[in-house]
Amino acid sequence: MNSNPLTTLFGYFALLSLFAVGGANAAIPEMHRVAVDVMHWMSDQQFADSFAIAQMSPGPNVIIVTLIGYHVAGLAGAAVATVAMTGPTCVMAFVVARFWDRFKDAPWRMAIQSGLVPVSLGLIAASAFVLARAADHSIYAGIITAVTAVVAYWTRLNPLWVFLIAGAIGLTGWL
Amino acid sequence: MPDSPPAGASPPPGTPPSLTELFSAFAVVSVSSFGGALPWARRMIVEQRRWMTAQEFNETFSLAQFLPGPNLINFSVVYGSRLGGVTGAVMALAGLLGPPLIIVTVLAALYARYGDIAALTRILGGIASAAAGLLIASVVKMLEPVFRKLNFAPFVAIAGFIAVALIRWPLPIVFAVLAPVSIALAWVSMRR
Repeated sequence: MNSNPLTTLFGYFALLSLFAVGGANAAIPEMHRVAVDVMHWMSDQQFADSFAIAQMSPGPNVIIVTLIGYHVAGLAGAAVATVAMTGPTCVMAFVVARFWDRFKDAPWRMAIQSGLVPVSLGLIAASAFVLARAADHSIYAGIITAVTAVVAYWTRLNPLWVFLIAGAIGLTGWL
Repeated sequence: MPDSPPAGASPPPGTPPSLTELFSAFAVVSVSSFGGALPWARRMIVEQRRWMTAQEFNETFSLAQFLPGPNLINFSVVYGSRLGGVTGAVMALAGLLGPPLIIVTVLAALYARYGDIAALTRILGGIASAAAGLLIASVVKMLEPVFRKLNFAPFVAIAGFIAVALIRWPLPIVFAVLAPVSIALAWVSMRR
């Protein structure tokens, strides 16, 4: 591995972005594997915290790479990680958009689309599992996760309320 | 915003926006979207500004979903480039990413400075548990239509989950194996 953290960050996120079919959430397990298990950039808890901050912040969830980059190498790290994660795929989107519409009814295009859907869903499900394991260190924390999942599934409550309540419960120190 | 349409007089569907309108619309979407930006983008572009019909929005979004990378970022690039080439793509992207980047960088700096404070750690711990629960709920919603049909798709999703979540194989390897297999299976099931 290269010793300069900025080059490592760039190469790693640029590569990762190309496999992130299904969005940032599909890439969470791989980010966790590299940032926590392989590179030891952050602890399990710090990773879970970063995801929580990214979720609380407005905007696309991919913003978690900005937080990881900042944690590794400050402002420069934040900028490098963000550009690496969004740059290659933006160029790709720009190029593909030019000719994609021409093949609207081509069978290979439909096969690619319907073949990739279950792959990305499996990856997003893995994200949920990895995040729950990183965040829940006690039975009470697990209950928070379970109750939130049920509430979010059955109601249309704004997620900010859920975060507010969960944060307040966390502050009490019961978790 | 001098060049935005006056309230109450919405333009006919399909009227293309100017580049500054494009930037400001995506900026508004990005700062108002908590927990996933898609519903906000749809509301802004289809229902409020009426730049696209619902059908056009779905078609463009399905392309954005199929491409690697964050869906809404791809969407902004595809839509922006259709309206104004490279400049359009950059304007839409800058609107979508600029404001959240500033906010999150401030939060990152605060976390780096105060992240060790016990009270803050406890609050974030609670929120992290809730955030995982939110993701579980949206995964279940997305998986329901897939598991209702008995074809290759549920098996692919389960295989991907086991490989990445339980065995912890690297994503590029899992993807390189699973994606071609799944596309081939989709092709075969389409032919039948």
